[in-house]
Amino acid sequence: MKLLWEIFITFFKIGAFTFGGGYAMIPLMQHEVCTLKKWVREEDMVDVLVVAQSTPGAIAINSSTFIGYKIAGIKGAFAATLGVILPAFLIILSLAGLLMKYGDSAIMLKVFYGIRAVVVALIVAAVFKMFKSCITDYGTLLIAVISFFLLFYFRLTPVVAIIIGGIAGLIIYKVFLFSQDTKGDN
Amino acid sequence: MVYLQLFFSFFKIGLFSFGGGYAMIPLVQKEIEAHNWLTAQEFVDIIAVAEATPGPIAVNTATFVGFKTAGLMGGAVSTISVALPSFIIVLFIAKAVKKFSEHPVMKGLLYGIRPVVISLILLAAVFVAKTVLFAQNGFLGLDWISISIAVFALVGIIKFKMHPILLIILAALAGGILY
Repeated sequence: MKLLWEIFITFFKIGAFTFGGGYAMIPLMQHEVCTLKKWVREEDMVDVLVVAQSTPGAIAINSSTFIGYKIAGIKGAFAATLGVILPAFLIILSLAGLLMKYGDSAIMLKVFYGIRAVVVALIVAAVFKMFKSCITDYGTLLIAVISFFLLFYFRLTPVVAIIIGGIAGLIIYKVFLFSQDTKGDN
Repeated sequence: MVYLQLFFSFFKIGLFSFGGGYAMIPLVQKEIEAHNWLTAQEFVDIIAVAEATPGPIAVNTATFVGFKTAGLMGGAVSTISVALPSFIIVLFIAKAVKKFSEHPVMKGLLYGIRPVVISLILLAAVFVAKTVLFAQNGFLGLDWISISIAVFALVGIIKFKMHPILLIILAALAGGILY
């Protein structure tokens, strides 16, 4: 019960301080879940994001559900998801009217301009932290570069990029790496 | 029965939007138009509110639309139903990943998907950077205040392991004072 409460509070904090959508949440999650609480290893965060990206729905909810499940099963998943949703829910209910009135006042715009600059840094930091566990050889580097160009220049949708990446991964793995893997096992 | 309508609409939105909150916006727009829940202006306001408040954009939007349409219960119903598909699907996937993580097909898939995830995150950074790091009247067309904030934050988080919440609060103050 104590663990569930801790999970709930941690994700409540994450939900309360994430501006600019799911991606800005990743570094905060890494900090809380990997560095402080040591619930999940840094390199496992990548797989959390793989699942969060490949499944429909908000990235924040997907990754919270997955991390919660990893820590404490279905109950953990429920505690984490509820925690990450609740701040947004409460804030919107209590502030919706005020925000519609003052959301575009000068001081609010300035404050959010500052926050948005940090959001850029937070997202770039997430890339830095995960680079080593994603880009392990020339094959993965190639997939990363090609997928970025396809996404950026040809506006490929994330799902299509993930499917193509998965297929490319299967082929490269099967052709070049599988034999090495089994040799290593023997 | 407005609650039922909200439930099905937001469940559908949660189920069919891939790629996070922003990808969800066109779907929400379609549902709102189909049911005449909000005016076009109100919808634009929602996006602004969702951006200005913390938390997943999907949740912000669902709560807001539900609340406007059918009060507190409406907000609760919409929020739960937008999160429900994610919750169920991820639980199934999490179990499968645990079970098959050593299977060669799963290894191959993950080998290819991991670098795509890096690209997707980098892309998100580029899109946010576009809205904040440039200024038409700035030196070289760049907004040096926000670039300084971003660089300071990046060094703070990577080198000094500063807490992201602290950085967000500092940036909010810096934004309020410097601009």
